[in-house]
Amino acid sequence: MDFSAIVSDALRSGIGPIAAVYALAAMGLNLHFGYTGLLNFGQVGFMLVGGYGLAITVSTYDGPMWLGVLGGIACAVVLALLLGLPTLRLRADYLAITTIAAGETLRLFYRSSWAEPVTGGVFGLQRFANDFYGLNPIEPGTYGVWLVRFSSRDLWVMITGWALVLVVGGLLALLIHSPWGRVIRSIREDEVAARSLGKNVYAYKMQSLTLGGVIGAAAGMMQAIQVQSVNPDNYDPGVTFFLYTLLVLGGAGRILGPVVGSILFWFVLSFLDSALRQAIDAEYISPDLISTSEVGAVRFALVGVALILLVAFRPQGILGSRKEMLLSGR
Amino acid sequence: MRRQRMLVPVLALVLVMVPVISARAQGEEVPRGPTFAARALQALIDGIQFGVIIAITSVGLSLIFGTIHLINFAHGEFVTIGATFAFFLNVSAAGPGWHLIPAALAAVAFGALLGGAVERGIWRPLRARGTGLINMFIVTIGLSLLLRHVVLVLYGTRPASYAQYDIQSAIDVGPAGITPRDLTVTLLSVLVLLGTAALLQKTRIGTAVRAVSANRDLAEASGIDVQRVVLFVWMLGGGLAALGGVFFGLVEIVTWDMGFKLLLLMFAGIILGGLGSAYGAMVGSLVIGVVAQMSTLWFPVDLQYAWALLVLILVLLFRPQGILGRAERVG
Repeated sequence: MDFSAIVSDALRSGIGPIAAVYALAAMGLNLHFGYTGLLNFGQVGFMLVGGYGLAITVSTYDGPMWLGVLGGIACAVVLALLLGLPTLRLRADYLAITTIAAGETLRLFYRSSWAEPVTGGVFGLQRFANDFYGLNPIEPGTYGVWLVRFSSRDLWVMITGWALVLVVGGLLALLIHSPWGRVIRSIREDEVAARSLGKNVYAYKMQSLTLGGVIGAAAGMMQAIQVQSVNPDNYDPGVTFFLYTLLVLGGAGRILGPVVGSILFWFVLSFLDSALRQAIDAEYISPDLISTSEVGAVRFALVGVALILLVAFRPQGILGSRKEMLLSGR
Repeated sequence: MRRQRMLVPVLALVLVMVPVISARAQGEEVPRGPTFAARALQALIDGIQFGVIIAITSVGLSLIFGTIHLINFAHGEFVTIGATFAFFLNVSAAGPGWHLIPAALAAVAFGALLGGAVERGIWRPLRARGTGLINMFIVTIGLSLLLRHVVLVLYGTRPASYAQYDIQSAIDVGPAGITPRDLTVTLLSVLVLLGTAALLQKTRIGTAVRAVSANRDLAEASGIDVQRVVLFVWMLGGGLAALGGVFFGLVEIVTWDMGFKLLLLMFAGIILGGLGSAYGAMVGSLVIGVVAQMSTLWFPVDLQYAWALLVLILVLLFRPQGILGRAERVG
């Protein structure tokens, strides 16, 4: 087994563009779940409308990229209102069910043959981010230290992605420590108390849902830009589940929780993937037990186990405080 | 509030319909076969058949919510496991090659055992630790991921059919038709639903389940063993979900993610009927099944599951407690 290749794969994922995308999406989810106590199980839906908003504007209608970004954000706002208006007055369960259903339904709509002339149906859309790569100031070539190397293209996406994480994280930190942030945390702790102090809980929840959704859409756009394609099947409900896993891992209700969670999550996931594949190739693990094509599934099953164990034994994650995370949800 | 409610359908149009409608202008018309009335009758028959299968799977989901207020996101996996376990006994080269009927019965038993096992192995210890409900939701997500991917490894990605009752010619029902297999599945499903209703109404344990859903504290105070009732509900839910999985695999096809796809429809059904009510789940699921199939009269087949969400949002706007639910449990 080539141990340095495994570590290299793991490190590349841990600091790569995809970790930045997931950190960003999880920051939005953290605002929902960690700070406001909203059970959004459809964050992937926000990523989808963000990615497609950009892709459709540029690819289908030949619009400029900045308009696509605005379009993606607008779609996320619309989606948040659509989800929030019927459910935010009701108990937390209703938002949970509606969001998971909405995420999957959006995917079905965007992949349907009906919408194909606009969304590309099952084929998706490609090559809409040339403007973004045109701005790349880094000379072509590969750059790296120790075991990790990135192409100039990946480096450009990475820098933008992590810069976005930094900016959004900074803004969220300011927001959370403002009076607005105190209100949404009080809603998480005791909604009735917040209401009895004269706060319009419904409006605050809606603002949180919208803002977190827009952050999710930004993550969706970064993801779409990174692979230069959107495909409905990339927006599987499983993505939201991974976001929850890394959020719970890092610590919900902490600004850095999603960042630490995402880096670790992708590091461990790639490490497992690479190590399992190599172990199978080297026949340390019998191919009858797990074949190489099944490694992906085994990896996800392990994510499930990790999520169960984390919530059972360390619900506050790495950075969180246990007292804050004992949510009752009633 | 009224004005806000009106906003929702408008927003739905903006987000989904605008690209779709502009797409339609360029797309071609769906080919028209038999008369509209014949197609409507066929869709209604298919819808009832689909609806009763969803109902079987969602009764357990609703009862579990009713007794412990947990939304079990892993319920779809119980459905898949039922269908794939029967597939293993029935078709798989490594399996014993049983006829489908004993295989289905074994799958139901396995589903019930699995439901009981997760209650004893996961939920009861978590409740004992005082884990919050939101955290428990997240655990059901972990369980769903785990079970789905274990099935994927064991079963594979290839859709497959059972060995028996695969190809049949339809019996004519007026201008529409139904195969003997589908008719049997529909009738059996109705019988199972009636049986479940009788179980809840007539037996001691059924009465206890209804008492715990109505008011857990009061039920506990009047001497009902709540832990036992919860275990029973998990086993009943697991068994019914497995049976629904076999039925769905029989009329459609067995795939590794079939249950997860049904989950959206189950949610729509139980919210429409009233979250936590077993009878609500039955009625709501039937409506959802019919809506999904009837939608194909006007809209493409690949969107049929999506209409369930529209129903769900409309219900939440205008009658969040559902058809048979009680208003006080929503707020």
